[in-house]
Amino acid sequence: MTFNPEQTLKFSPLHRLQWEEAQQKYVILYPEGMVELNQSSAEILKRCDGTRNLPQLVSELEQQFATTGLTNDITAFLEVAIQNGWINPN
Amino acid sequence: MAGSTQTKPTPPRWLLAELSYACPLQCPYCANPIDYAKYPTELSTEDWKRVLSQARKMGAVQLGFSGGEPLTRQDLTELVKHARDLGYYSNLITSGYGLTEDKIIQLKEAGLDHIQVSIQASTQELNDHIAGTASFEHKKEVARLVKKHGYPMVLCVVIHRENIHQMPEILAMAEDLGADYLELANTQYYGWAHANRDLLLPTKAQFEQAEAIAQAFKEKVAGKMKIYYVVPDFYEDRPKACMNGWGTTFLTIAPDGVALPCHSARELPGLDCPNVKDFSVEEIWNESKAFNFFRGVEWMKEPCRSCDEKDKDFGGCHCQAYLLTGDMYNADPVCGKSPDHGLIQQAIDSAAACALSADEKPLVFRNSKNSKLLS
Repeated sequence: MTFNPEQTLKFSPLHRLQWEEAQQKYVILYPEGMVELNQSSAEILKRCDGTRNLPQLVSELEQQFATTGLTNDITAFLEVAIQNGWINPN
Repeated sequence: MAGSTQTKPTPPRWLLAELSYACPLQCPYCANPIDYAKYPTELSTEDWKRVLSQARKMGAVQLGFSGGEPLTRQDLTELVKHARDLGYYSNLITSGYGLTEDKIIQLKEAGLDHIQVSIQASTQELNDHIAGTASFEHKKEVARLVKKHGYPMVLCVVIHRENIHQMPEILAMAEDLGADYLELANTQYYGWAHANRDLLLPTKAQFEQAEAIAQAFKEKVAGKMKIYYVVPDFYEDRPKACMNGWGTTFLTIAPDGVALPCHSARELPGLDCPNVKDFSVEEIWNESKAFNFFRGVEWMKEPCRSCDEKDKDFGGCHCQAYLLTGDMYNADPVCGKSPDHGLIQQAIDSAAACALSADEKPLVFRNSKNSKLLS
């Protein structure tokens, strides 16, 4: 699945992204299910609030983690996230 | 105790709160115990709040409000609010019977995350017959209202011989109602379903045809609707990893406060399941005899003990082993390696003979009168 990098990305209202103290990680909750997230996935999803598009996400995350070349990894994860219905491109 | 673990068990992640055994429906495959009428007492609001708080502290995050019919509890909205404050993801597992738009809004405001509505068939006649109550049109209306108010809408249809031929119409109905998820649950033969097995178990040909239709539909609606397909384990060669392993993930609390490692475990003898009125959830989960009973592999007999798949399915389902072989320590007879595997074929043959018989016996509906008669 491909998406237009100009589109802003928003976390799905039919899912919930939440920090789990007991597990010390972010999880996605949905009807009768849960996905445990690693730190980088959680950092991407937390920023999908409907105001940022792909280039903005990449630049913000590269800055935060003082690195470069994240475009491919972030794009690949977002494609999975869209396919699973976790985020919606607007 | 039969099994024991040296290391601390993993904490519960899933809490099933069976708020009440009361239910306006009479489905003959109900997972509640046959003798549920023996346990009429229900926990108080304060008891439930304490249980929710204790389990959440341990790490439970998915919460199912179930029953019976959870809507029969007057304090449901209060419990939903408490659960939301604690950070649970709350699932209401309901027949939809008696659910009004006002209540749907009220529950949403209290923080309910999702409503699962059960429908018994794709036609009014069969739905109302299986449910034992005229409810078809109301259920469909409830499904639409759930969707309208922004909940993920999960439609649950239990599949058995009486409705398996309706698979194409059931799928069309789910699409028409705009279900986000469709749970197609082939009947599991415990509780009332065990008592009605001869009348509910489909043939292998029926099951395979229905599965092929469901599979094709799943591909068609990919990205729009998710399908949860619960396989009928009587037609499998290996048992399910029941409850993801005993006492590893799931905690069920029955209406009277009895804590169960699985919602059918009340049928097993000698577990001495503890009550949340006497012990904390943490004591129950970590220390009770019942929750340690089938933890690990030390309890296993052959062929499980030396089996190279024992870490995958944990010997299967103990309730099934008990119901079919009379010994809950046996391997689940669904397993092709079980010496009792022939019992599965016998059950299939018995159901097929019943289907062909001229004087088919009637379904035993789930209600208090039958519960008292049968226990």
